[in-house]
Formats: sequence, C-alpha cells, structure tokens
Amino acid sequence: MIHFDNVTKVYANQKRPALDHVSVDVDKGEFVFLVGPSGSGKSTFLRLVLKEERPDSGAIHVAGKDLARLSNFKIPHLRRRIGCVFQDFRLLPNKNVYENVAFALEVIGKPRRFIRKVVPEVVELVGLEGKAHRMPDELSGGEQQRVAMARAFVNRPMILLADEPTGNIDPATSIGIMKVLDRINRTGTTVVMATHDAAIVDSMRKRVVELEDGKIVRDQSRGVYGQAY
Amino acid sequence: MRANFIFSEVWIGLRRNLTMTIAVIVTVAIGMALLGVGLMINSQISTMRDFWVGKVEISVFLCKKNDAFPQCKGSGGVNPQEQAALKAQIESMPQVERVEFENAAKAYANFREQYKDNNVLLSVLQVSDMPESFRVKLKNPGDYPAVIESLKGASGVSYVVNQQEILDKFFGLLERLRWAALVVAIVLVFAATLLIGNTVRLSAYNRRRETGIMRLVGASNLYIQLPFVMEGVIAGLIGGVVAAVMLIVSKVFLFDGVQLYLANTSPLTWETVASTISLTMVIGVLICVLASFVTLRRYLRV
Repeated sequence: MIHFDNVTKVYANQKRPALDHVSVDVDKGEFVFLVGPSGSGKSTFLRLVLKEERPDSGAIHVAGKDLARLSNFKIPHLRRRIGCVFQDFRLLPNKNVYENVAFALEVIGKPRRFIRKVVPEVVELVGLEGKAHRMPDELSGGEQQRVAMARAFVNRPMILLADEPTGNIDPATSIGIMKVLDRINRTGTTVVMATHDAAIVDSMRKRVVELEDGKIVRDQSRGVYGQAY
Repeated sequence: MRANFIFSEVWIGLRRNLTMTIAVIVTVAIGMALLGVGLMINSQISTMRDFWVGKVEISVFLCKKNDAFPQCKGSGGVNPQEQAALKAQIESMPQVERVEFENAAKAYANFREQYKDNNVLLSVLQVSDMPESFRVKLKNPGDYPAVIESLKGASGVSYVVNQQEILDKFFGLLERLRWAALVVAIVLVFAATLLIGNTVRLSAYNRRRETGIMRLVGASNLYIQLPFVMEGVIAGLIGGVVAAVMLIVSKVFLFDGVQLYLANTSPLTWETVASTISLTMVIGVLICVLASFVTLRRYLRV
C-alpha cells in the first residue's frame, strides 16, 4: 500500500537530511506506529506519502501509484484515497459537526443525496451520535478529534495518516481515540500513526517503525515504544 | 450543489473584504470608463474625418471698400477685372477640383442661417458687411500650402482661410484628449491589477483553513481556486457595469453636447457605444481573472 525505496529528503537550507535512505513497506490493512523523537522524520514521511513534498532521491509508491510519475493534476485524486488526522484537529470553527464532515465531500463534488446518507453513518462510527449539530467549540478535545477522524474517513480512504492524533488529548480520552482508529483499521483501511505516546504504542501491540535522525533504527511487528521501557 | 457551494464561498469572501472589493470596483469602473472614452473619441475622430474630408474648402475672401486689411488699403474694393483674373488663376491650378463664387447676398443668407438664434448680431448686420469670396475645393485636401501661398499675395484678396487648418486644430485637441484618457486608463488598469491581486491574497489568507482542508481531502485545484477567481470576476463585472453607465452618460452629455456645435453632422452612434461597453467589460473581466490566477499561483500552493 505504501512503499518507500531508498528515499532521501533534504529540506532547502538544511544539511542534515530529514529522511536518509529510508526503505519501508506497509501492506494493505496494516496498522503501523511511526515513533521517534521530534525531528526524526515522522512528519516528513507523512508529507511524502501525500506528495506535499518531493523526495530528493528514491522512489515512493502509494496505492499502487509511482508518486514521481503522478502529475500535479492528479494529486487531488491521490489525496482522496488518503485520510488525514492531525494533532490540532483542523476543524472549521464556523461549521457544526455535520457540516465539517460534509465539507470534505462537498469540495470533491459528491452529490447531496450521497452526503446526507453517508455523513450520519460516519458520525455514528466515531461515537458522536446525537452531537451532529454541535459547534466545534462546544466539544471536548477528544470529541473534536473524533470529528476530524470522521472527516478523514467519510470518503472511505484506503489509507489513514494520523500525525500525533492524541498529542493534545489526555490519556483517558486517548484510549477512546485509539478505539476509533482501530475500528477504522478493521474496515480494511491501512493506518499509519506518528506518535510520541509510549503508553498507547505499548498497549496496542501493533507494528512499530522507529526513526532517528531520518533513519529507520527499528521495524518490529507487535512492538513497543522503546526497548528501554 | 457545486454551484451552490462556490457561490456561497464567493459571497462570504466578497463580504469579508468589503472595503477592498469596493476599491477594486471603483478602480475598474474608472479605468474602464476612461478606456471606453478613449475608444469613443477614437471612433468620433474617424467619423468626423470621414464626414469632413470631402467638404473642406479654402475660402479666399476678396477686398471690400474700406476694408482694414493692409493689402486692401486704398483699393476701394476688388474690381471685376481682378475678380475674373483671380478666378482664372485659381482654375488654372492643377490641385484645384472646382471653385465657386459666393456673393455678399449668399454669404449673408448663410450667416443668418448659421446664427439664427443670435438676434442682436443679426439686427446690426447688413448685406454690405459681408465679404465676397471664392470657395476653392481641392482634389487632395493635403495640398493646401502651395495653393494658399500663391493666393495670399494676389491683388484683391483680403485674406485666405483654410478650413483644413481649423479642423486639424480640432482633431489635434481630440487626439490629445484621447491619449490622455488612454494613459490614465492604463495607469488605472495597472492599479486595478495590483488591487485585485491584493484582494485575492487577503481572501486566500482569510480562508487558509478552508483551503488547507480542501487540499487535504483532495479537492481539485479548480474547485479550490474558482471561488477566488469568481470574486475577482464579480468585482470586475460590477465595475464594468458602473463603467457602462459612465460611458452612456458621457455619450449623452459630452459627445452629443459637442455635436450641438457641429450641427450634429457626425454623431457617435449607439452601436459604437454598445461595442465599446462590451469591449471594456471583456477587458475588465479578463484583467480580473488574470490577476486572480497569478496571485493564486503565488499564495495558494496546491
């Protein structure tokens, strides 16, 4: 599903590469934790998958497409197959829960009838039934992240990228967030989650890829956050 | 759904940037109006040229008794021999197409007709005050200098008036007006372009959250950019409509006003006004679209 082959990325004005000859494979339906300290290249990895950045060398395949050969014109179609969740939720403050989720479908031109059918289903899937008409500022952090997950998942993407989704949320609420991610993963969606949260990684017992200074230092199925723990 | 979505986005954008939108509309309106006036002056000049080019004459006025002109002093007016010699001289010139004699009575009648509203002037004027003249029509109106030179010193001639010279002065004035209008129009179009760019930039900044999410969920570039471009187009269109009103007003009060002095001989037609308006509209909207696209390329990375 995601295939990195010897990928190196150096940002302009920086000597040290953000990713240094990284090769990794993520299969369809896998759940992968991307761990490592800040600046180890986790976010760069996710940005490369979305083709928000271009690698300096190496090849990236996402959903069977060679990103180097994907024209700019087709990038939106790639992104429609990838859902994204962030630490800061990125909801529209002037739209309610339903509208926030529906926005993702409206802007890719889905018909209204389809939106009316699908959005309530996804809102229920993330556990926000009955809160569809709340505004984001009336929701807790955990609930806001659920809205963001509903928006990321509403178009049934093949891949869900989560960049520290529990970074702004207390540990108790994080468990609920992880349950939703697990539920999404069980529908066959590949999930890649970058995180600092050792407790979560340890409790989930999923594949762990550890980055340090842009290099993969560990790739372990059913792993834990760090060997020191 | 699509149209609905885009129009609500456009409306929100225009309302959020109301002051900038008004600035864009005003600049586009004045710029396009001046461009239109320039174009209308242009077509006015050419219709007037067409009208006058076959009609300009050289008037050779003849000495009367007690004329104050130095070359007539003491002559007691032109005598029939001089008049006949003059006529023969003019007719022999190769540049001349035809020549007519206008006697005092005819001149008086023409004058009465021309100034029929000016009773004071008409009440003091008598037939004997009117000079006699030859009206000379040239084959090519541009050949006048040689003809005038040879007639100026001829005996019995008081003075020579070349209508071409008067027309040239008038056309020169119109042409300067046209250039002034076009130069100011170009400056304003430039200002409008920058203003639209700035408006779109502000708008893109105000909506960076929305566009960021749109990018993320895979909205196409067109879908992301269209609301911004439409904002520019709508501001440009409103400016164009205001410009159209200004052009119609200038046609009625300015161009038709000038024609009153020219006895309505070469009026600006409504068709000309209509085509000028549609041309300026198209240019205005095109400028808005281009400025929006160029700015979006810089500030809305996709």
